[in-house]
Amino acid sequence: MSPLENYLLALADDALISSQRLGWWISRAPQLEEDVAMANIGLDQLGQARALLTLVGETTGQSEDELAYLRDERDFRNVCLVEREQSDFAVAMTRLLIFSTWQHELYGALTSSSHPTLAAIAAKAVKETAYHADHAAHWVLRLGDGTDESHRRMQAALEAEWPWRDELFDNTFLNEPDLNVAPHDAQLMVDGTAVDPATLREPVERRLGAVLDQATLGVPEPRVVFSKGRDGRHTEVMGYLLSEMQHLHRSHQGDTW
Amino acid sequence: MVNATLTRSRAWSIAAAVPDPELPVVTIADLGILRDVTEHDQGSVHVRITPTYSGCPAMETIREDIVTALSEAGYRHVCVEFVLAPAWTTDWMSDEGRRKLSAYGIAPPGPRHSVELTLSVKCPQCGSARTRELSRFGSTSCKALWVCGDCREPFDHFKAI
Repeated sequence: MSPLENYLLALADDALISSQRLGWWISRAPQLEEDVAMANIGLDQLGQARALLTLVGETTGQSEDELAYLRDERDFRNVCLVEREQSDFAVAMTRLLIFSTWQHELYGALTSSSHPTLAAIAAKAVKETAYHADHAAHWVLRLGDGTDESHRRMQAALEAEWPWRDELFDNTFLNEPDLNVAPHDAQLMVDGTAVDPATLREPVERRLGAVLDQATLGVPEPRVVFSKGRDGRHTEVMGYLLSEMQHLHRSHQGDTW
Repeated sequence: MVNATLTRSRAWSIAAAVPDPELPVVTIADLGILRDVTEHDQGSVHVRITPTYSGCPAMETIREDIVTALSEAGYRHVCVEFVLAPAWTTDWMSDEGRRKLSAYGIAPPGPRHSVELTLSVKCPQCGSARTRELSRFGSTSCKALWVCGDCREPFDHFKAI
């Protein structure tokens, strides 16, 4: 796999797996309007994933469906943050706040990528993710600065999810397959295709900090977790997630609607 | 954006009249989804369309509807291409499209602004400005759900992006 394919796959898989998790909420959200909102946010992310997977497939010769449905767990490059179990609404909104704020900064920077198709995908996605991040921020404010119980649960969700955001800023996967090259010297960064994930930490954390502060939530203490999804080393729940996402396609290969 | 000579072509007029599958009161030209139409020799035509949102589920249906409309008009080879750049914006929606949406009960998009700002939206049913947003995400990604404080009717508002 080329460095470009590896990079695009990481961004595609983040969006695809996050979308799959959001889809779980349809019929389970606290309000009907929220069912619809989470479905629509997931649909935007799915659209981003499809565009990126199609771009990967142009050089690997695979279709977007083959990439989404026929790869095994170790071949997925998403960060562990997006695959984690999320049956608690406070967790889902914490995750969405972190992920979509990061995506918004990322796509904003990628609009000036030297890769024209990637820049075009980013120009669309940056507008969509602005709405996603804003939506999540509204809920974090309502719940964080709400009742004692909602505050307690929001803070607990934040403590659980916060350490997993670190992998979003990890740039070490960009030097694959030549690990002798420092990440910031990787060809994709030098030629202006990719954005160095490490440079996104400051703007993302500043925005997250402002939301948490307004929501009367405390920024958790740093904690190290084993998060190596970019290397294909996922958490236990990933296999279950993929079996649900892929089983229909794998059981009925070649069938069409 | 649209070349004036192309807008007058017969193929453009046919493609331009294809209705949006989810908002059948407006056409794909009204929405600014139709970007350009090029006619080649021997009844072949190349159509370029752009999605409103990355995940818009209507694109496949729109593609099929364009192919059907042009084939029925005698074009033998119809190629529909999806283009991403420049990114679609509600600024491309025609005035006619905005009027049709409003008459249909959907508040048309206003000028583009930061998503944190919520500008007032006029109720498409009674015209009242006493309206409020219920949810940022309505029946589709491109719309938000609003309600009128005077006539009490809920309505969709096409978000400016």
